[in-house]
Amino acid sequence: MTRRATLRALAAAACVPLLARAAVSVPEDSIYQLPATLVDQDGRRFELSSLRGTPLLFSMFYTSCAMVCPMIFETIEATRKALRASGQGAINVLMLSFDPARDTVEALKKTALAHGCDEHWTLARAEDATVRKVAAVMGVQYRKLSNGEFNHSTLIDVLDRSGRVVAKSGKLGSVDPVLVKAAKHAATVEG
Amino acid sequence: MTRWATLAIAALCCVSANASEYVSLPGGRFESVLPQGPVPTVSTPVDVKPFRMRNVPVTLAEFESFVNAHPQWRRGSAPALYADARYLLDWSTPTAAGASRLPASPVINVSWFAAAAYCESEDARLPTWIEWEYAAAADESRTDARSDPAWRRRILAWYERPSAAQLDAVGSAPNAYGISDLHGLVWEWVDDFNALFIAGDSRTQGDPDLLKFCGSGALNIIDRDSYAVLMRIALLSSLNGADTTGTLGFRCVKPG
Repeated sequence: MTRRATLRALAAAACVPLLARAAVSVPEDSIYQLPATLVDQDGRRFELSSLRGTPLLFSMFYTSCAMVCPMIFETIEATRKALRASGQGAINVLMLSFDPARDTVEALKKTALAHGCDEHWTLARAEDATVRKVAAVMGVQYRKLSNGEFNHSTLIDVLDRSGRVVAKSGKLGSVDPVLVKAAKHAATVEG
Repeated sequence: MTRWATLAIAALCCVSANASEYVSLPGGRFESVLPQGPVPTVSTPVDVKPFRMRNVPVTLAEFESFVNAHPQWRRGSAPALYADARYLLDWSTPTAAGASRLPASPVINVSWFAAAAYCESEDARLPTWIEWEYAAAADESRTDARSDPAWRRRILAWYERPSAAQLDAVGSAPNAYGISDLHGLVWEWVDDFNALFIAGDSRTQGDPDLLKFCGSGALNIIDRDSYAVLMRIALLSSLNGADTTGTLGFRCVKPG
């Protein structure tokens, strides 16, 4: 090994701890700042921040919602398809329920199967207070009605690897190019 | 030395004189100005569970103690996700509001996240909108004075008053439940501030009748004469969780 190569190797080794530390710190506008324990459609508990590292499509829904929520699933799947077509398929999906009282793990599983969700989809539930906080950081508004239905705003967000919101869309039924562009960019940059 | 001790005792006296307590509210059937049922134009009364509410808003002195015990909530330390650039900007330092401020006046310029964290620190939570509206429906002698035009005028008169250079101390005349300052001092965060929306994105996505149950977002006000309450809803519905304003404080509630 030449002296220069040795120096380079040493420099590279010295960089490792620095990079490792950088990977642990979360940007201060990242949603992964928020301590939030969720449960997925297979009953697995996980921390919201554990989704860090891969770009994410995020939306909120509830399983008994008959009209808009199925459209969210379809729109997200179409967005993923557009991404795959462009050669950038690496994105996960998180759908968080407004309705932990009725959206049990079984209800989430049933919905995931009904929509043909693959392993990149996470349908999740959390305690009421956690749902309210996640909605607050994502700018989602929702209200439970006396008949158990929900009024809610519908947004699909793209988050980069670090958990920063890089695009938002309220468009349903067709692919919003804004989301595809942002997701493509998020897939190509390190986070 | 003696003089300092006297001052310290005097300070303690003042704080304890203004110390908040949680007051029990019985709850019961309540008709909100916000429609609670599936048909936005029809009033659907709901049952409010018994709860306990701080009789006064959280004060500057109380919030100073909180940020001293929880450094992550100091100005400059709270992440942008939780607090905007104006968070506690009216304080002279990150840990003290300053000598020019009344320690017993309500804390303002706090975000929803900071207010929620404060309530959690005393095993409480922010009130829901319905809980706040229910408590605020009372005047000094009646638990629901909302239909009295004279009472409505009194509340509205607050909005017409030019804002004072300095907020008053908490603890105005309590209402029939024993709760003070629900009107006339500051506006207050509620837990479900992001439930008070006026226009939802989903409304434009097709047939409004089909979408009604899943995000019509149509906020129809049942009682359009409740201007003072409507102004609160308008303000709260416009905010994000990290926002802070110079007129917005909070109080906490506990289960009944």
